[in-house]
Amino acid sequence: MSLTYLDAIREAQAHALRDDPRVFIYGQDVGAFGGAFKATKNLAREFPGRVLDAPISEDAIVGLAVGAAIEGLRPIVEMQFADFSTVGFNQIVNQAATLFWRTQVPCPITVRLPFGGTSGAGPFHSQTPEAIYAHFPGIIVVTPATVEDAYSMLLEAVAIDDPVIFCEHKLLYRHLKANALPTEALPIGKARIARQGRDLTVVAYSAMVQDALEAAVELAAEGWEIEVVDLRSVKPLDTDTVIASVARTGRLLCVGEAWPWGGVTAEVVARVMTEGFGLLDAPPQRLNAKDTPVPFHPNLWAAHRPTVRAIAAAARKILRQ
Amino acid sequence: MLQAVTELCSETAEVARESHLAAFRCMLRARLLDDKLAALYRAGKIHGGVFLGRGQEALSAAVGVSLNKTDVFAPLIRDTAGRLAFGEPVLDAVRTYLGSALGPMRGRDGNVHRGTPRTGLLPMISHLGAMVSVVNGMLFARRLNRVTGTVGAACLGDGATSTGAFHEALNQAAVEQLPLILVVANNQYAYSTPTERQFACHDLVDKAAGYGVESHAVDGTDLTECLRTMSLAVGRARAGGGPQLVVAQLLRLCGHAEHDDGAYVDPRLKNSALGRDCLKVAREILLRRQWAEAHQMDEVWREEAVGEIDQAIALVQREPAPDPFAEEWTALSTRHLIEGQE
Repeated sequence: MSLTYLDAIREAQAHALRDDPRVFIYGQDVGAFGGAFKATKNLAREFPGRVLDAPISEDAIVGLAVGAAIEGLRPIVEMQFADFSTVGFNQIVNQAATLFWRTQVPCPITVRLPFGGTSGAGPFHSQTPEAIYAHFPGIIVVTPATVEDAYSMLLEAVAIDDPVIFCEHKLLYRHLKANALPTEALPIGKARIARQGRDLTVVAYSAMVQDALEAAVELAAEGWEIEVVDLRSVKPLDTDTVIASVARTGRLLCVGEAWPWGGVTAEVVARVMTEGFGLLDAPPQRLNAKDTPVPFHPNLWAAHRPTVRAIAAAARKILRQ
Repeated sequence: MLQAVTELCSETAEVARESHLAAFRCMLRARLLDDKLAALYRAGKIHGGVFLGRGQEALSAAVGVSLNKTDVFAPLIRDTAGRLAFGEPVLDAVRTYLGSALGPMRGRDGNVHRGTPRTGLLPMISHLGAMVSVVNGMLFARRLNRVTGTVGAACLGDGATSTGAFHEALNQAAVEQLPLILVVANNQYAYSTPTERQFACHDLVDKAAGYGVESHAVDGTDLTECLRTMSLAVGRARAGGGPQLVVAQLLRLCGHAEHDDGAYVDPRLKNSALGRDCLKVAREILLRRQWAEAHQMDEVWREEAVGEIDQAIALVQREPAPDPFAEEWTALSTRHLIEGQE
C-alpha cells in the first residue's frame, strides 16, 4: 500500500469524523466535490451533513467555526489556498486566538492551509504565511514535512483545545509517499532529527525539509555530515532540540520558503544567538525566498525559493568558515 | 365565541403589558447605569472608553426581552438595556468597566467587551460585524447537535453594514437558513460619519432582499413598535423562517463615547421625531395605557435601580485589581504547548 501526503490528510479527517461526533468540515468545495485538491474526497458521502460547502466568505467561515467551537464542536476549516486565509485573518487572529484568553472558553478549531509554492501557481496561490499566524498569541502553527506527520499532526490538531493553523504543503501532496499510516508519533511541539550529522545543523520545516535532506546527500559525497532538524511545528518552536543539535555541530543554517523579513528562520537564529551563542563556531545563516511576491513562470519560481543547490551552496560557505 | 376572543385579547394585552414593563425597567436601569458609568469616567475612575446606549434603549431592551435565556445574544456597544434584559448582572458591567479581577474579563478586556459565551452572551471584539458569523456558528452547531427552538440575535449599527463581515455573515446565515435576527440600529452616525457617507441605498432595510431574508423596519424611539417588531422577527426565526433583518431608525443621544461630545450631530435631527428620548416616550406609553403609575416609574423603580447600581459600584470598588505577578501570561489553554513550559 502506498499513501501520499494528501491521502494522509484525507485519512486523518476521515478518522477524526469517525471517532468524534463533534468534528465537522467546512470550506469551499469540500462537500460533494471533495475539495480543490481532493483532501475531502468522498467524506461528504461517508459523513452526511458533516462535510459542508461554504460560500466564498473566509471571514464568515472562520467566524462560524469559532461559534461552533463555543458550542463544543471541533470544526476543521479548509482554506482553499493559504493565500485566501488573509480574508479570514481577522477572525483567526482577533476572534479565535483571543477567545480563551478573554473568556476561558477554549477555541478548538483547526484551519487547514494548503500553502507553499508550486510552479505556475503565481503570487496568490503560493504563499507561506506561517510566520504571520505564529506572531499572534493564542495560535498553534504546525508545518508537517512527512506523510506520517501530516496524518498524526492533523489528528492531534483536531484534539487540541486551541486554534491550530495546519500548514500543508501543496508540493508534497502527491510527491511524498509512505507505506502505511503511523501508529505512533512525536507530539506537536517536538522537533525531529531528520538526519544525523556532526558538521552543520540545517533547520528546516515543511517542504524545505525534503530539499535540506537532498542537499545533505549532495554534501555527504563531499565528506560533510549534515544534521537536518525538522521543526514540525513552528509555534511552539522546539528550541531545545535545535540548540542540542547546534551543540553537536557548532554551525547553523536555517532554511525557509517564506519571505526573508522576520519569520521563522529569523526567530530560530535569534534564539540560537541568545541561548546558544557560545556553541557556535561560525555566524549562523538564514536562507529564504526572495523578497518579492511568488512568481508564476517556472524559471522565476524555481529561482525565487531556496533550492537544493542553494542550500548546499549556503552550507559550504558556513562549513568553510 | 365572543368570550373566547375577549379572553385571547386580554391574554395578549397581558403579554404586551408584561413585556412593556420588563423592557421599561431594563431601559431605566440601563440609562441610570450608563449615567453612573459616565460620571465615574469623568471622575477619572474608569480606565479606557465608556460607551452609552442613550437613545437606543427601547430597541436594545426589546431585543433582550424577546429572547429566551437559552438563546444567543451578541450585543454591540450601545446595548446595556438589551444585556440587562437578557440577564447580564449589573455587577458584570461594573466589574468590567472598573477592571475588577473578579469580573468576567478579569481585567483582560474592558467596558463593553464583556460576555460569558457559555451562557449565550458573546463578548464583542472591536471589529464591526465580526460577531455575526460567530452567532451563526453557535446556531449551526445547535442544529448539528439537534438542539431545536433557539435563536440568535446580533446587534449592529449603521456603520457595520458597510463591512465585509456583515455581508459574508448575513449571506452565510441565509444560505444555511439559520434562526438569526440581525438588528441594525441606524443611529444616523458611525462615530462622526453621517449615513450619506456610509451607504447609498434608500434604506438599509432594502438590503434584505439582496440576501433573500425577511426584513422589518421599525421606529426605534417607540418601545411598543420595537417590542412588536422584535417579537415578530424572533418568532419568525424561531418558527423556521430563516434570518431576519431588523432596521431601526433612531438617533444616538450622546457622543460616540464619553470623550466625544457629538458636536457634529445635525441639530435638525435632534429636533426631529428621531431625536425623541425613547425612555420618555416609553414612560408616556406606560402612563397612557395605565400599565404603570408615575410614582412607580419615577420613584420606586428608579430608586430600586439606583440602589442596585450604587451597591454594585460600592462592592466592586473594594474588589482586587488584576495582579500582573499573579497573571497567567499565556493565551493558550493547552498547557503543554505553552513555550518554555513542559
